[in-house]
Amino acid sequence: MTKRRDISIKVPVLARVEGEGALDIEVRDGKIEELKLRIFEPPRLFEKFLEGRSYGEVADIVARICGICPVAYQMSAVHAIEQVFECDPGPWVREMRRLLYCGEWLESHGLHVHLLALPDFFGFNSVAEMAKKFPDEVKRGLALQGIGNEIVRFLGGRSVHPVGVRIGGFYKAPAAAEAVALVEKVRQQLKHAEALLRWSAALDLPDSSQEFVSVSTRHTDEYPMNEGHIVSDAGLDLSIDKFESHFKEQQAPHSTALHCHLDGRPYLVGPLARLNLNHDLLPDAVKSLLRDCGIAFPNQNMFHSIIARSVEIYYGLFEAARILENYIVPDLPYVDVSPKAGIGFGCTEAPRGLLWHRYELDADGRIVQATIVPPTSQNQARIEEDLHNELLTFGLEHDDAALRLRAEMVIRNYDPCISCSTHFLDLRIKRS
Amino acid sequence: MIKVANTSAKPKIAVHKFSSCDGCQLALLNLGEPLLTLANLVDIIHFAEAGPVEPDAKVDIAFVEGSITTPDELHRIQRVRANSRYLITIGACATAGGIQALRNNANASDWMAAIYAQPDFIETLDTSTAIAEHVRVDFELWGCPISSQQIVAVVRVLLFGVAPLQEHDSLCLECKRQGNVCVLVTGQKPCMGPVTQTGCGALCPKFGRACYACYGPKENANPDSLSERFQGFGLLPDEIADKFLLINNAAPVFAAAGQKAKENKHD
Repeated sequence: MTKRRDISIKVPVLARVEGEGALDIEVRDGKIEELKLRIFEPPRLFEKFLEGRSYGEVADIVARICGICPVAYQMSAVHAIEQVFECDPGPWVREMRRLLYCGEWLESHGLHVHLLALPDFFGFNSVAEMAKKFPDEVKRGLALQGIGNEIVRFLGGRSVHPVGVRIGGFYKAPAAAEAVALVEKVRQQLKHAEALLRWSAALDLPDSSQEFVSVSTRHTDEYPMNEGHIVSDAGLDLSIDKFESHFKEQQAPHSTALHCHLDGRPYLVGPLARLNLNHDLLPDAVKSLLRDCGIAFPNQNMFHSIIARSVEIYYGLFEAARILENYIVPDLPYVDVSPKAGIGFGCTEAPRGLLWHRYELDADGRIVQATIVPPTSQNQARIEEDLHNELLTFGLEHDDAALRLRAEMVIRNYDPCISCSTHFLDLRIKRS
Repeated sequence: MIKVANTSAKPKIAVHKFSSCDGCQLALLNLGEPLLTLANLVDIIHFAEAGPVEPDAKVDIAFVEGSITTPDELHRIQRVRANSRYLITIGACATAGGIQALRNNANASDWMAAIYAQPDFIETLDTSTAIAEHVRVDFELWGCPISSQQIVAVVRVLLFGVAPLQEHDSLCLECKRQGNVCVLVTGQKPCMGPVTQTGCGALCPKFGRACYACYGPKENANPDSLSERFQGFGLLPDEIADKFLLINNAAPVFAAAGQKAKENKHD
């Protein structure tokens, strides 16, 4: 006699992940027959309404794709367009873009770790609740998020949809006195970042390593942000214009989000992937702190992505301090550009991972065609694979509530930014 | 309006998200320690990105981010309205349809087909519309994004039991107060400041660049006059249209000005 049980749970569980989702799992004879993470992302059609717009507007338009990582969208776009215009903005602009990116990593990672991931990890409903039990840790986290916002404001005027970036550089160079004031604040936060790193390294995280391929950019002599090749730990090494020869974006029928595969397989982008592939490029001071905390890379445990974010928070501050210490006011914060027709590529490291842009421009510098591949669409297939493995390891015999909690934790490791709608995961488990 | 202060010991607040980038919710999430203070003054009942999830709870104030772009959102906004004493839109998407309203004048289904292999799986409307086109809105916070000061100020005055004041002045007034060099008159750049409402802190002129109108139209804006000025700078009709048809392209004054500029092309 067969016992059959169909369970359908409709509860809002995935708060603190951007995007509206549902997880459908079909279990038969103790095995997962089917697992689908369905994402309902109201399409906003940016790639289409970019068409016909002038190059000068692109940085302001693409910023609006994501309020949490507008800098990433601006950076991939300006690099792509400057490639078409054969424009090199020079070392000052290069350093300031790196500083701006440090700010965004700090802001985004600080937000994720303290407002989104840790409250869940400890079972609090919100950061405000967590602050009652862990006041110092929460204040420390808000301060780290805050310094990130301040760095973005330094170059962009505001932290969400900053206005400082233009093709060829920046609209304005901050005064030297502002840099002096900021570097002092950045240095003060280093001790907070170190405390966070030690604290996150000591968290009792699940021990669950999986096999997966990490993908990130890699630069010859610095931890990657704006420039580099695309590499994987399976030996891939591509220039960014060859992205489409190995990476294919497809629409999964169960989702509005496009899924991207590397040679037909899921892969990981983001902080853990970046560290797996580039930990050797961290400054010696950061390396020795990691050794001291007992943190080593490569690391195949996705639950350690919170540690990876803490490492990048520390590194982001360290790098921001270095850049600010050497700050000088340039004669002009940008170089003039002259539009021309062509195709350009931009590939930079958004807080959540590789963000690839391709633009075709006409002779006046108007967009003919745009393609944008955000990190979340790249991680989507990996999240499903991870859920499949992790829930099997965890044990399907657990009740639905326990499975749901585990699934939430798994998904949150990827900090998915599915910009976005409301934030519910309906977990539907069908057992037979 | 008003009198939230007397409704309960601690007013209940919800933050709802529709089609948007999440940037306006960051006006709260980026507050730092004041966020903890705020959480002591009000009960944040629903704010999915920050944790609490209770979308159908009755609340005193509902903040709504994002525009209406899907059939589901059409229904959801009605529930939000029914459950909320005061509904306040935050940002350009909720208040004017957002940048994604650029689809409204295009063939949205063609656009869908160009991006998605199976557009049929995606339920979406042909338009992106402001919340006020669907339900009564009690107060609007303009901006792309709104600032922390705007949202904190509105909560504060509601706690005091006072109606919030909407600043409709043009950006130019703020710019003059700051003593910025005028990018339009002196810099000969196509600045949208004269038709744009204040609130951002005149960031772009402060950076020496032309305002791109992310705070929407000011009260009694005169876009015709500004369009003529832009024409004098040598901007082509399409370029003038693009100035109006950007972040707040579906705000009626800007939509009309953009349309008019395009028609000039055919004269």
